Amino acid sequence: MDSGKIDEIIDRHRGKSGDLIHVLMEIQHKNHWLPRDVLHQVAAALEIPFSRVLRVATLYKTFSLTPRGRHEVHVCTGISCHLRGAKQLLESVERATGIRPGETDTAARFSLETGSCLGSCSLGPEIIVDGKHHARMTPEKVEDVLKEYQ
Amino acid sequence: MSEIVMQIDGKEVKASDGMTVLQAARVAGIHIPTVCHHDKLEPFGGCRMCMVEVEVRGRKSYVVSCLYPVAPDLVVHTRSERVDKIRRVILEELLAHAPNSPELVALAAEYGADRDRFDKDPSFCILCGLCVRYCAEVKQKNAVDFIERGAQRAISFIPEIAAKECWDCQECFAICPTSYAQAAYFLTEALAFPGRRKSAMHGA
Repeated sequence: MDSGKIDEIIDRHRGKSGDLIHVLMEIQHKNHWLPRDVLHQVAAALEIPFSRVLRVATLYKTFSLTPRGRHEVHVCTGISCHLRGAKQLLESVERATGIRPGETDTAARFSLETGSCLGSCSLGPEIIVDGKHHARMTPEKVEDVLKEYQ
Repeated sequence: MSEIVMQIDGKEVKASDGMTVLQAARVAGIHIPTVCHHDKLEPFGGCRMCMVEVEVRGRKSYVVSCLYPVAPDLVVHTRSERVDKIRRVILEELLAHAPNSPELVALAAEYGADRDRFDKDPSFCILCGLCVRYCAEVKQKNAVDFIERGAQRAISFIPEIAAKECWDCQECFAICPTSYAQAAYFLTEALAFPGRRKSAMHGA
């Protein structure tokens, strides 16, 4: 964890209680998760109760209170991708990363999630890694794609 | 403050601008059942028990009276077949979570709600928010708050704050309709700062 960067983010929003979600999102993107002591710092800097920080941090799925990998892998399991073999694709991603949906590997390289329709049915079956869409995926191509993300 | 004349259950009721239908009814001595309402707290609209029928320009709609502002010539019915049915179903749903809450059981008897209509999901908390709002608005301690979302939503005492603030207060226990606030607090105490109660009792 790069605490200098987190301090910088928190400093920029000091005293602005309305910025809570923005602060949490910036930290989430930089650090991939929200450690409890960081949430305490946020509460103190924004001058809001710690309980409200926790309430917001646990409400949105964007935020993670447990460590996440450096790269976020989403496998689409929506109906269109499902019909085009999302199940085999997901199994292949699980084999390549060694984790199941919702999990993070011990080296914190990948976190895996599924999504029921990620919005690109014409490109399916697809996986999204750190926001980049990989279209027309096959179980065989998975290893090559994930190699790019260390 | 301008005065507004409206009708509740066929009775002329005078109310002032900015009041809610629930407040106007209470002033006029008309009873509307509530669960999540508390005079010292901001309206919340969480339990939906205070649902009433309002008629504006001949159109009926169903609104929660604790949030609905009074308006001139509003026609309100606090009891009707539809209103009673709405309240009965809400009660049946709440009772699936807290089947033995005295307040809910009493209301269920009044509205003929069947406690066993829905499968039990004994979370014991009905998310009325009384403890959360009392702690934030009256005590300004924010020791208990909602966490998570959707079906996982629950109240949680924040150990860091509860350890400092709750020992000398515990006032939310009495306003909780299901006693779950108390249970949640004692669980937090047992997990986060055990031993304090024992040493306080035995002077150790």
